Amino acid sequence: MFTQQELPACKPILTPPWVITAFVSVGIIFIPIGLASLFASEHVVEIIDRYDKDCVPSNYTNNALAYIQSTQTNKTCTRHLIIPERMKSPIYVYYQLENFYQNHRRYIKNRNDYQLRSRAYEFDVDDCDPEAKTERGPIVPCGLIAWSLFNDTYRFSLQNEVIQVSKQDIVWKSDQNHKFGSNVYPKNFQSSGLIGGARLNQSIPLSKQVDLIVWMRTAALPTFRKLYGKIEVELEANQNLTVLIQNNYNTYSFAGKKKLVLSTTSWIGGKNDFLGIAYLAVGGLCLFVAISFVLLYLLKPRPLEDPSYLSWNINPAGLSN
Amino acid sequence: MGKGRIRAKLRRSNLYTFACIRPHFPETEEQFEGPGYSRLIYCNEPSRHETKPVKYCSNYISTTKYNFITFLPKAIFEQFRRVANLYFLLTAILSLTDVAPFSAVSMIAPLAFVVGLSMAKEALEDWRRFIQDMKVNMRKAVVHKGNGVFSHKPWMKIRVGDVVKVEKDKFFPADLLLLSSSYEDGICYVETMNLDGETNLKVKRALEATLSLDDDESFKDFTGKIKCEDPNPSLYTFVGNLEYDSQIHPLDPSQVLLRDSKLRNTAYIYGVVIFTGHDSKVMQNATKSPSKRSNIEKQMDKIIYILFSLLVLISLISSLGFAVKTQFQMPDWWYLQPYVDSKLYDPNRPALSGLFHLVTALILYGYLIPISLYVSIEVVKVLQAMFINQDIYMYDEETGTPAQARTSNLNEELGQVDTILSDKTGTLTCNQMDFLKCSISGTAYGTRSSEVELAAARQMAIDLDGNDSELSYRSGGGVPEIELETVVTSKDERDQKPPIKGFSFQDTRLMNGSWLKEPNSDVLLLFFRILAICHTAIPEENEETGGFTYEAESPDEGAFLVAAREFGFEFCKRTQSSIFVRERYPSSEEPIEREYKILNLLDFTSKRKRMSVIVRDGDGQIFLLCKGADSIIFDRLSKNGKVFLEATTKHLNDYGEAGLRTLALSYRKLQEEEYSAWNNEFLKAKTSIGGDREAMLEKVSDMIERDLILVGATAVEDKLQKGVPQCIDKLAQAGLKIWVLTGDKMETAINIGFACSLLRQGMKQIFIKTATDMEAQDSKENLLLFMPHQAVKENIALQITNASQMIKLEKDPHAAFALIIDGKTLTYALEDDLKHQFLNLAVDCASVICCRVSPKQKALVTRLVKEGTGKTTLAIGDGANDVGMIQEADIGVGISGVEGMQAVMASDFAIAQFRFLERLLVVHGHWCYKRIAQMICYFFYKNIAFGLTIFYFEAFTGFSGQSVYDDWYMLLFNVVLTSLPVISLGVFEQDVSSEICLQFPALYQQGPRNLFFDWYRIFGWMGNGLYSSLVIFFLNIIIFYDQAFRDEGQTADMSAVGTTMFTCIIWAVNCQIALTMSHFTWIQHLLIWGSVATWYLFLFLYGMMPPIYSGNAFHLLVEVLAPAPIYWCTTLLVTLTCNLPYLSHLSFQRCFHPMDHHIIQEIKYYKKDVEDRYMWTRERSKARQETKIGITARVDAKIRQLKGRLTKKYSTIGSPLQ
Repeated sequence: MFTQQELPACKPILTPPWVITAFVSVGIIFIPIGLASLFASEHVVEIIDRYDKDCVPSNYTNNALAYIQSTQTNKTCTRHLIIPERMKSPIYVYYQLENFYQNHRRYIKNRNDYQLRSRAYEFDVDDCDPEAKTERGPIVPCGLIAWSLFNDTYRFSLQNEVIQVSKQDIVWKSDQNHKFGSNVYPKNFQSSGLIGGARLNQSIPLSKQVDLIVWMRTAALPTFRKLYGKIEVELEANQNLTVLIQNNYNTYSFAGKKKLVLSTTSWIGGKNDFLGIAYLAVGGLCLFVAISFVLLYLLKPRPLEDPSYLSWNINPAGLSN
Repeated sequence: MGKGRIRAKLRRSNLYTFACIRPHFPETEEQFEGPGYSRLIYCNEPSRHETKPVKYCSNYISTTKYNFITFLPKAIFEQFRRVANLYFLLTAILSLTDVAPFSAVSMIAPLAFVVGLSMAKEALEDWRRFIQDMKVNMRKAVVHKGNGVFSHKPWMKIRVGDVVKVEKDKFFPADLLLLSSSYEDGICYVETMNLDGETNLKVKRALEATLSLDDDESFKDFTGKIKCEDPNPSLYTFVGNLEYDSQIHPLDPSQVLLRDSKLRNTAYIYGVVIFTGHDSKVMQNATKSPSKRSNIEKQMDKIIYILFSLLVLISLISSLGFAVKTQFQMPDWWYLQPYVDSKLYDPNRPALSGLFHLVTALILYGYLIPISLYVSIEVVKVLQAMFINQDIYMYDEETGTPAQARTSNLNEELGQVDTILSDKTGTLTCNQMDFLKCSISGTAYGTRSSEVELAAARQMAIDLDGNDSELSYRSGGGVPEIELETVVTSKDERDQKPPIKGFSFQDTRLMNGSWLKEPNSDVLLLFFRILAICHTAIPEENEETGGFTYEAESPDEGAFLVAAREFGFEFCKRTQSSIFVRERYPSSEEPIEREYKILNLLDFTSKRKRMSVIVRDGDGQIFLLCKGADSIIFDRLSKNGKVFLEATTKHLNDYGEAGLRTLALSYRKLQEEEYSAWNNEFLKAKTSIGGDREAMLEKVSDMIERDLILVGATAVEDKLQKGVPQCIDKLAQAGLKIWVLTGDKMETAINIGFACSLLRQGMKQIFIKTATDMEAQDSKENLLLFMPHQAVKENIALQITNASQMIKLEKDPHAAFALIIDGKTLTYALEDDLKHQFLNLAVDCASVICCRVSPKQKALVTRLVKEGTGKTTLAIGDGANDVGMIQEADIGVGISGVEGMQAVMASDFAIAQFRFLERLLVVHGHWCYKRIAQMICYFFYKNIAFGLTIFYFEAFTGFSGQSVYDDWYMLLFNVVLTSLPVISLGVFEQDVSSEICLQFPALYQQGPRNLFFDWYRIFGWMGNGLYSSLVIFFLNIIIFYDQAFRDEGQTADMSAVGTTMFTCIIWAVNCQIALTMSHFTWIQHLLIWGSVATWYLFLFLYGMMPPIYSGNAFHLLVEVLAPAPIYWCTTLLVTLTCNLPYLSHLSFQRCFHPMDHHIIQEIKYYKKDVEDRYMWTRERSKARQETKIGITARVDAKIRQLKGRLTKKYSTIGSPLQ
């Protein structure tokens, strides 16, 4: 059977009923999914606040770079956010960077997973140049990614009442447990001449440095959001949320934007209308194809298994296919 | 496969012809073109050959491509001659540097896998060759050790100069000079099947001087010196001399025993080794068959070039982008520390960085060129070849030989054949002659009909109810004529099986001795004696039955001897000078053994077209017995020899019409004085030296072969192979053109043409001949020599133009033309300025028959068709003379039947019977073509879909050369995750089942028209790939742009995005292949859905590995992706969106522009063929290409004729009414 190529086989063919059924059923499945995701997306409340420009004092407007690079200037900045709708807890706090190439090949490779994971590999600083070591020894965690750790901080208050930002569960458990060692402590970090971003508390092991862990999960695109923390209280509509921002991180040199994002989630994650729209569009297209197929079929029916469509019947000389 | 060829060879080997003349003269130098004559051999002193300059190569032979040391470098070199592989090697080397975007292992591993697989195949094949070589090298031979002692030695140890003893039925270990044999006159019989595929025995003869060396002892003090030609491949020439006993004896080919031929009918021989190992003629002859590539593969190369250009283009874009970004933007990106240790990303030297990046990009986008393409195609072809080899319907039960795909890289070419060039003998016919009829003294004997007559009768029967069959189609109950045909044939097969091979004669008037009662019994007696005496065959006694079989150089001679035996004249023994015939008369119990002394033998040549023997019978009377072509014999009859001329001529015409081969038999009584006078002349001619010896001999022969008395004529049937006419009919219906190229005479070729339905009544036959041929007279042959070459050519050109004109002016659409041309004319027609004219004429003709063509011309014709029409040609043949044609054609098919292996060794496919060609082409060719075409299209689709996403992503990383996928994903993509489904497509796909392929031969035309691999389709698939890549990339990117993708608020990092994207790709391409297929067995299901499952399994297992190995993929599926509904939603969305256009295209095409196989699939699907048998039969009979040859065309022509008559009748009836 096998060698004679006569194994039992199913030979499905695309008959018009099949085609129509297929397209219609795709439409029927896709449209509800699309509606459901749109619905979910609609229920997500999201506040986006771009603060990089506004947090530069007016006298530095034309020289934002000098402002951010100076150690003397006051980086504190206060923002007021009006809650548009009731936001259920947990409310996720993100920072969003734009035009920041975390996915640049030079950047992505600039880390050493061995060193992050275990103290024994402390001197393992391959791939970490130019942030590999100082005169006092290797840098832990080494590399450009860690070095450029985001260091703006946000403090939220509602009518002068401070809202705690929880950093619980903002990282993947596997990262925390397996990739960042609990006995690896920061060393010589940000101690060389050039300061990139945040400093790390030397007494906290890497596995507890959640901001670092989040940061080290490099983003796919030059625009990305990263989880900063969670607010575990509900915010009512029209409440005025005060955010005290320490505007430390330099995005001014490359004209990057910084945004603070507060968002609730649904089963599809954050606010993501596109998924729903795409589903609806594809579903609709399928229905359209199905209908046009039916119409075409009605206008120009071809009885199936009608031998008169065989080439030798259309073209008696047997010249077409 | 002409008789002439065999004859010619035998003549050169000096069988008996000139046996009476002892001193041989070396062939004149003009006949031998080769290297010098510097070889010096010290007989029986092999030790003298250990030093230069007489140190020759050993007898060790090796046909392997590699040895243990050279295997690695050579095989690797072979592998990297493929441009694609070289490219991958370069990328792999570069991956060791910083330039590479991937880890080194992910570049090297797939390359190593792919190259390793190919090399393993090479190694295995070479190992098999080595084992075969060793078997030959270790064969034992008996070699003289010294002091007259002989002992066994392996072949490989034999040296030049050794004296060897070869026993009966053993192979000669090297090229030997025959010294003596067990026969006292020093002859021996040799079978040269391995050399030229001929099964008949040839006689070799030792020099008289060395005859005494006939036992072991005598070699004690034997020495001699041979001076001869250098090693060369010419099998039929040898020039040299032997210095022995201080005398010089000239040597010629009849003393040389060639390696790999076999000693037969002789107890033992002694010989001196002349050529060893690779110097031997057979090894010198071994030609490497040219490597052939299929059209699809050539087209595929073009696609690869296109992709390569695309690759270079996007690499250039990418590196340009990179350079710009590096120069203008990167200085601002402080987080990259652009000015410190920046190596490849130096903003100060953007041009250099850009250049480095170009290399990176070339590696990165290498996925556009599928690394596994070649290896997958190789695997697929090997499996396809396995199916061809195992096909039970191409297994010949009689000989137990299956079909054999010897080179698997032409499988798909089988589906695109346009012209078949076929040999006749052994291919269309069995090369078995059956004595069927004879005409003696003007009386025709033999009652059995020939196959052609039977076919004609059958045809008549069908034609008589021609209208009937038309009606029966309509009524729906009709049996199609082809089936009818087979039914009739198979019945005949049973009835006709001749009890004796070569003898189908049936006539009680002659059998069992009753011929004595016939009126002309004395003439009959003479007739039988001529049959029994006038030949060059050798009898072989069957030890069990005591009967004789005959080794004749042409099968019709064999048939004559069998006939003579059956008539009671058993040729039983042949010595150097006599023939013994046992004559059995009904009157006496015991047969009488008579001896006929052979005085002279005048050999057959294609020029003479006759052979004669001059014998002295028991009473001392001298007879000249002559048989030959009727026209030749009739010209030479004496006045009183023409008694039966008229009647015989009439019979000969009948026989010719019946498709039989005819020869006329005659004799002449010679007076003693007349003979001796002539013999002196003859001897003189014989011993003359120089180029005109042949001409002189001919002239002398001509003198005696006159005043003959006609006795009668014979008619033998050249048996067609089983199923040949039906197969030709089917192939013609599939739209294939069939040319017959034969070495045979024009008459025979035409007979066979009729028998195969390549010719039929009412077909206009166009003969292209040289002027002299038309006269067909020997006496005028000389004219040709004097006729200016140009004049002959002009004449031919005129004939061709006239014929073309005639075809052009022909109005009747049903008119068919047949072109018949002979070899001599072909030499002119194949010249550069005439060949295209000739080709155009030939293409316009329904059938083309070239007769009397040499092997070289066969190859030239094949080349002309191949290059002139630009279409795929297939050459099929069985003998050594077909090798050139087989090697020249796009596809060479050898018949692995009776004649040796030469054709098979040179062929790409070997089948046991011509009729299997139908299945090979129409079923396997059709399938393989579609499979490979679809497979390659899909391959490019999937790699474009995948490769371009890498490019898009790179643009989002500032053209830095970062890939969104893990290295391992990319590695597995081509090698594991998408390779098996595509292999299953290439191996198992069937658009329609094999029966339908056979029932609807018109489907075959999808291949020659190249409907599945035209640029439209290829670009369609590429466009589909482009579309898929866009959908996959952008949908994913937009969905995962910046938002959290889970309700725990996490955002997607690069590994999550990359993995989701990759999941979408895996689903999309695997669903795509499922849509492409129309035939699902469990294997396809397993491989396609298994591949998808493997991806998840891999992701799971990879995630389980420690993070050091798995990196960001650690726990990715379990922890990150699987719990996120959006991951699954995206997969579904992207997969469907990717396949939507193709699905719509497919549905619309199927519904509104269906192709033939679509409709047949539907009919089958709804089982309409069972419900509506009438429709099914009708379509089957219509599903063929317009054809002017074959049985069906014959029937059609007849029906048209009858219809024409009917309408005429109607019109005459109808006219009065108006």
